[in-house]
Amino acid sequence: MNLSGLGLVGAQLPGAIPAQRVPVSSGQLLAACRLGWEQGSRLVALWISDDRDRARGFCLHIALHDQEGVTLLEYTIPDASSAYPDISTIFPAANRMQRAAFDLVGVASESDDQRPWLWLASWPIDKFPLQRDFVASPKWEPGEETYAFVKVEGDGVHEIPVGPVHAGIIEPGHFRFQVVGEKVLRLEERLGYVHKGIEKRFESLRIGEAHRLAGRVSGDSTVAYAWAYAQAVEAIADAAVPPRAAWLRALALERERIANHLGDLGYLGNDGGFAFGLAQFSRLKEDVLRLNLAAFGHRMMMDYVVPGGVASSLAAAYAAQIREQCPALEREIRILRDIYDEHAGLQDRFRTCGRAPPDLAQQLGLTGLCGRASGQEFDLRCDFPLPPYDVIAPRKMTQTDGDVAARVTVRFDELLESLRLCSALIDGLSDGEVNAPVPEPPPYRLGLGFIEGWRGPVFIALETGPDGTIRRCHPHDPSWSNWPVLEHAVIGNIVPDFPLINKSFNLTYSGHDL
Amino acid sequence: MTIASFLTQLLELAIAVALAPLLVGWVNMCRAWLQNKSAPSLLLPYRTIRKLFMKDAVVAQSASPIFRTTPYIVFGAMCCAAAIVPSLATDLPFAQAADAIALVGLFALARVFIALAAMDIGTAFGALGARREMFVGFLAEPALLMVLFTASLISGSTSLPTIVDALAHRELAIYPSLAFAGVAFTMVSLAENARIPIDNPSTHLELTMIHEAMVLEYSARHLALLEWASALKLFNYSCIGLALFFPFGIAAAGDWLALIGAAPALIFKLAIGGVALAFIETLSAKLRIFRAPEFLGTAFLLAVLAMLVNLLLGG
Repeated sequence: MNLSGLGLVGAQLPGAIPAQRVPVSSGQLLAACRLGWEQGSRLVALWISDDRDRARGFCLHIALHDQEGVTLLEYTIPDASSAYPDISTIFPAANRMQRAAFDLVGVASESDDQRPWLWLASWPIDKFPLQRDFVASPKWEPGEETYAFVKVEGDGVHEIPVGPVHAGIIEPGHFRFQVVGEKVLRLEERLGYVHKGIEKRFESLRIGEAHRLAGRVSGDSTVAYAWAYAQAVEAIADAAVPPRAAWLRALALERERIANHLGDLGYLGNDGGFAFGLAQFSRLKEDVLRLNLAAFGHRMMMDYVVPGGVASSLAAAYAAQIREQCPALEREIRILRDIYDEHAGLQDRFRTCGRAPPDLAQQLGLTGLCGRASGQEFDLRCDFPLPPYDVIAPRKMTQTDGDVAARVTVRFDELLESLRLCSALIDGLSDGEVNAPVPEPPPYRLGLGFIEGWRGPVFIALETGPDGTIRRCHPHDPSWSNWPVLEHAVIGNIVPDFPLINKSFNLTYSGHDL
Repeated sequence: MTIASFLTQLLELAIAVALAPLLVGWVNMCRAWLQNKSAPSLLLPYRTIRKLFMKDAVVAQSASPIFRTTPYIVFGAMCCAAAIVPSLATDLPFAQAADAIALVGLFALARVFIALAAMDIGTAFGALGARREMFVGFLAEPALLMVLFTASLISGSTSLPTIVDALAHRELAIYPSLAFAGVAFTMVSLAENARIPIDNPSTHLELTMIHEAMVLEYSARHLALLEWASALKLFNYSCIGLALFFPFGIAAAGDWLALIGAAPALIFKLAIGGVALAFIETLSAKLRIFRAPEFLGTAFLLAVLAMLVNLLLGG
C-alpha cells in the first residue's frame, strides 16, 4: 500500500511477510484508510494496546493488507476519554472490532454503535481487562446484560431467538432472526459467549511458551495459529527456520486443511439431510486424524509447530504412510464428489442458497475460503509464498457464485489441491534439523504472523516485553470479517436453510470471542 | 361380537403397541448399515422409552393442561388407529365403529393436539414446528383421503376390513389404479411420519425441525408417550399400506389357522417395508420446506389419477 500521497512514510517490519508500520495522526487516519480502500486494501485486524506505562497513552493498530503486503497504521490516543475516528464507515468489518476493543481496553471510537460486543456482564462495565492497571477479582458476580437488537416492524413480522445453547453440540452463539413466515428479513448475531481472556492470558506467559496458548485459540486451526505465532517470534528474534522444519510445518498445515474440509463436507451433506455423506467423510477424516496422532503425536497436531521449527521430526515410515494416504484419499474423495454433484436433492439445497455475491463480498471484506467462493482471490500461500510454498506452488481455487454450492466446490478443489501439495511435500522433504534455537527477542519490538489457515488468513501481532515476556499479543481470526457477511448472506433465504448456510461458512466462535 | 373376534382385536392392538418401537429400531438399524456404520441395537427404542418413563418430568411454568394431556391424547389416538387398521385379521369389532375417513380424522386429531401443545409453551421453536406441521398436514391429508377413496371404489366400502377382504380375495391381477395410489401413499407416509425428504427424524438443527421442534419441550413420561406414539404412527401407516397394497396373509373372519400364519407374514412384510424406508431415506436429501407442496401435490395428483383410472378403466 502506497501512502506517499499523504506524505506518510512507513518503516519496514522484519519478517517473512512484507510489512510496514506507519504512524498516523488523527487527521491522517481516515484519509489513510480511505486511500487503502481505494487501492484495494482489506482490513485484517484492529486492536488497541495500553502504553500508558511507557507514557504513550493508548495505541490503536489497524492492519490492512493488499498484494504488496501488510500495512500497520498506528495512531496514538492520549487517554481513555478521547475517541478515535470510526473506521467502520470505510471497512464495515471494523464495527465489531472497535466495540470489542472498547470492551477490553476502554477506548471508544466515534461510531454511533457503542453496544458492547465481548462484554456479557461477566465483569463490571467500568473495568477493562487489557488496561495495565486491571486487577482481576474472582468476587465479581455475573450480571444481566440487555442487548439492543435491531427490530423489524411490520405486519406478520416476528422474532426467532436461537441460542446461545443449541440442540446440537456446537459452540455457543446467539442468533436473532426477524422473519415473516419462513423468510428471513434480518439476522443479527450476538457473540462473545466463549470469551476466555486469551489476550490477557498471553501477557502472563513467556515468549518461549505461548505458542501452546496460540495453538488453542481455535482448536481446528491450531497449526495455523501456532505457525503464525512462531512466525511473529522468529521475525522479532531474527531467527531462521531449518528447511526441513518449514516443509513439515506446511505438511501439518495442509493436513489440517484436509481434515477440516473433510469434516465440513460431511456435515454439509448431513445438514442437507444426506447422512450418507457425513458417514463417509467422517470415516476419511478419522483416517487422517489417526495418522496425525501416529506421525505428529496429536490428532489435531497441537503443539507441533514451535518457535524455531517443529516439535519433532517425521519418521520415514510415517512419511511413507502419509504419501500413500494421499492417492487413496483422492480416489475416495473423487467418488464422493461425483455423488454430491449428481445428487439432485442435495444440489437443489446447495445452489443459490445463502449467496454472498462478489460485489457484496468485496464491500464487506469477505476473506479466506468463503471469500474465494465469492470471487475474492486472496490466498496467502499464493500471494506471499513462504518456503516451501514458493517451490510447491499451490493453485488458488476460486468461484464466483458465492452460494453454498460454491463454498462446497472450493472445499473440494482445495482438498484435492492439498492432497497434491502433501504428496509434493513428502517427495521434496529434505533431511536435516527440525528445530533451531531462537535467541531471546529484544524488548518492545513488534512482530507479525500471517498464515493462510483452512478458514482464511490467521493473523497474530506480538509485542515483546523485557526479559522474554509478552507485552501484548493479539490473535485475529478471519471469522471477524466473515461473521457479519453471514448476516447478509442469509437475508431472503428461508429459516430452515440457515443451518446449512452457517455450516458452509463454518466460522469459529472460540477464535472470535478470544 | 364373539369372544373370538374380541380376542383378535385385543391381540392385534397388543402386537401393534408392542412391535411399533421394534419397527423404528429396525429402520434405524437398516439406515446405519446403508451408511456403512455399525448399527445401534434393535431394542434401543424400547430402552429409550423405558429410560424416559423412569425420569422425572419437567414441565414449563407457562404450560396449560393442554400441554400435559396432549401426550395421552396423541398416544390414545394412535392406539385407536391401530385398532382400526387390519394388520392381522379382518375380524375386528372395533373397525365397525370407524371407517377409513374416521381413521384420517384420528390422525388429524393427534396432529391438532400436538400442534396446540407446541404453541402452548410459547417458545419460538414450538410455534415454528406447529406452523410447519399444519402446513405439511393440510397438503398430506387430502392425498391420503384420495388414496383411501380409490381403495373404497374398488371394494365399494369405506370400512377397512371390507376393503382388505375385497382386495385380498380377488383374482391376482395388477390394478393400475392401485399402483398410482401406492406411490401416492408412500409419499404421504414419508411426509406424515416426519421422514426424509420432508423432515429429518435424526436432526439436531432446531431451525430445520418439524416434528422434533414440536416436542422439544417435552421430557420424561410425556416424551416417552410421544416417542411411542410416533412409532405407532409409523407402524399404523405401514399397516395401512400393507393392508391396501399387499393384503395377502391377513386372516379372514373365523379363520383361526390363518391367524397363526398372519403374524409372521406381518413381521416379514414390515421388515421389507423397513428396508425400503431406509433405502429411501439414505438415497434422498431433505427437501427445502417450500418444495413440500410440490412433493405432496404430486402425491395428490397421483392419488386423483388412481381414482380416475379406476373410474374410467374400472381397474
